[in-house]
Amino acid sequence: MLQAIAFYLMAGVTLLSALAVVGARNPVHSVLFLIAAFFSAAGLFVLLGAEFLAMLLVVVYVGAVAVLFLFVVMMLDIDFAKLKAGFAQYLPIGGLVAGVLAIEMVLVALTVAREGAAAGNALPDANAGGTSNIEAIGKVLYTDYAYYFEAAGLVLLVAMIGAIVLTMRHKAHVKRQDIGKQVARNTRTGMEVVQIKSGSGVEL
Amino acid sequence: MTIGLGHYLAVAAILFTIGVFGIFVNRKNVIVILMSIELILLAVNINLVAFSAYLHDITGQVFAMFVLTVAAAEAAVGLAILVTFFRNRGDIEVDHASVMKG
Repeated sequence: MLQAIAFYLMAGVTLLSALAVVGARNPVHSVLFLIAAFFSAAGLFVLLGAEFLAMLLVVVYVGAVAVLFLFVVMMLDIDFAKLKAGFAQYLPIGGLVAGVLAIEMVLVALTVAREGAAAGNALPDANAGGTSNIEAIGKVLYTDYAYYFEAAGLVLLVAMIGAIVLTMRHKAHVKRQDIGKQVARNTRTGMEVVQIKSGSGVEL
Repeated sequence: MTIGLGHYLAVAAILFTIGVFGIFVNRKNVIVILMSIELILLAVNINLVAFSAYLHDITGQVFAMFVLTVAAAEAAVGLAILVTFFRNRGDIEVDHASVMKG
């Protein structure tokens, strides 16, 4: 009974927050509702016995991704009212498509739950084999899925380098260190005798 | 009343649809489109974790972790592109994105 109350509470908060994300007038509110949606989804994960993923969702999504969104929304100076212009125009057709899609997917999901491979299975006891959720994940992740794990690390590395390359810009009038030039310096090129006319500067 | 697999799958299905709906109605605002994609990936994660729990197989949760990784990378690169786009154009209208073609 208590589990059912928790489920309906968190599922309701997740879905209402998700609706608010797509419907909010102000994108800052959208981001805050996104955080609420992720938080309550983490609650659903706890109900399912996936504590590690729940904490990962809170740390990675709420702590990193949502804050990144918030940062970008606040950094860009955008007229959001103008971007909202097509909302009412696309609302009927979007609502229709979404409604049909939702009904179809829920029907399929309920049928799968009733007659699929997992039909009749109850939730496993959280501490059945004496292993915690994180221990069970670690045992699989670092053995069977070790290569995928390293590939995930590469994906993050590429994303990090990509984001830096995309957003970094050099200002022309700011002097910067040129390490290649410094290392390539030798005694012959290191010094130069120049004749300077008095009153004029040198161009280095 | 017990909460079964169907309940979680239904929540995930509705969440996925809300994400698709968000892309439909916010066609001009790239930021909200990116957030809708995050909602869709969250729905996928709920599906993976629910099946993982009810099939008594931990693999689903490992895959949910990989989905989380890809989602974080996608958000970082997407927002970086958005910042570059805003610097070049001064707005973030999707209709103007074609000016970025090489």
